[in-house]
Amino acid sequence: MRTDDLIKALDADARSTAMPLGSAWWIGAVAATLIAAVMFWLAVGPRTDIATAMYTTRFVAKFVFTIALAISAFALIRALSTPGAATGRAAAWMVAAPLLVAVAVGLELFSVPAADWGRRLVGSNMLICLSFIPLIGIGPLAVFLAVLRYGAPTRPVLAGAVAGLLAGGLAATFYAAHCFDDSPLFVATWYTIAIAILAALGALGGRLFVRW
Amino acid sequence: MTGKDEAELSRLMRAAIAGDERAYADFLRRTAAVVRGFIRRKIVQGGVDPEDVVQETLLAIHVKRHTWRQDLPVLPWVYAIARFKLIDAFRRRGRRVEIEIDEIAETFAEPEAETVSERDINRALDGLPPGQRSVVSSVSVEGRSIGETAVKFGISETAVRVSLHRGLAAIAKRFGAKQFGARGFGVRGFRR
Repeated sequence: MRTDDLIKALDADARSTAMPLGSAWWIGAVAATLIAAVMFWLAVGPRTDIATAMYTTRFVAKFVFTIALAISAFALIRALSTPGAATGRAAAWMVAAPLLVAVAVGLELFSVPAADWGRRLVGSNMLICLSFIPLIGIGPLAVFLAVLRYGAPTRPVLAGAVAGLLAGGLAATFYAAHCFDDSPLFVATWYTIAIAILAALGALGGRLFVRW
Repeated sequence: MTGKDEAELSRLMRAAIAGDERAYADFLRRTAAVVRGFIRRKIVQGGVDPEDVVQETLLAIHVKRHTWRQDLPVLPWVYAIARFKLIDAFRRRGRRVEIEIDEIAETFAEPEAETVSERDINRALDGLPPGQRSVVSSVSVEGRSIGETAVKFGISETAVRVSLHRGLAAIAKRFGAKQFGARGFGVRGFRR
């Protein structure tokens, strides 16, 4: 088949239309949030003292970290799924969440006596954290990988990893409402590991499923 | 490539998305020439037929045209897809390539050369279900319109459009499926 013949066929198919990728990302974000919410309510639910916890800085700070991660990852994955789109600025914003956590860790080390650091780091339910963040995030990750497949990422493994970070940020936002461990020392350690698990799964998913 | 090409191609693509089929044919022909110039410049070692990569790129541009944002320039989008498909073509043949990122300004459009070599796309076409294959062949190689193809096979125009769309999507997917090694599902037909 000559290229001119191929062009005839493509042109004859010009009327077939597909939803713009930008809209697909928003639909994916809403679907993923709903899935995460359902998983959260079925699996753990909010902590019982959430009404009073909402007035403590450490509790609220957890949401600042996780929402910052989700928003920056969402911006980056949208750029990564569009060929030729500039990714530099969105990639730079990815340091926002780690930076906020680092500052919070610094403040925590400053304000809490050293004897208390170990107890706050280990917390009361790190295994629950390590299992439930990936559990809440796995459905959203599948949604994000499906949208990536619908898009055209020229770096599928990297895009898959960012899909994992996005799913992790979303899952951790819900999980933070359940978790009793509010110390930045706990968050910086166990949330990070849990989100890294999702990022690794995402990279693998990008490698295996995101082909075009 | 100059700013004029960018403006013209963007305009054609916007018109095409708005439903102007003539603009789309125009866009594809010009884009093919631009991509061909780019690919030929990049392939310095043998083993990869530039025209195969041009065809893969055009198919990818077609099935992924919903990923172009109308407020962004179209040429960087085209080049990014072409570069991806070129790296893919080398990787499939077991070679590593490094392709410089910003060479857009030095590319020249080139016409298609006459060639008799067997194309990857023909093998992909052979792998389609018979209905899709005959419709795609009729509209492309045999040069019939949608209406003429419908008459020839005694089916509705809608059925022709559906078969054509599915056939093209399947061909594009088979190109993509070869990305990570040649042993996977649906790959055998390509490499004999």
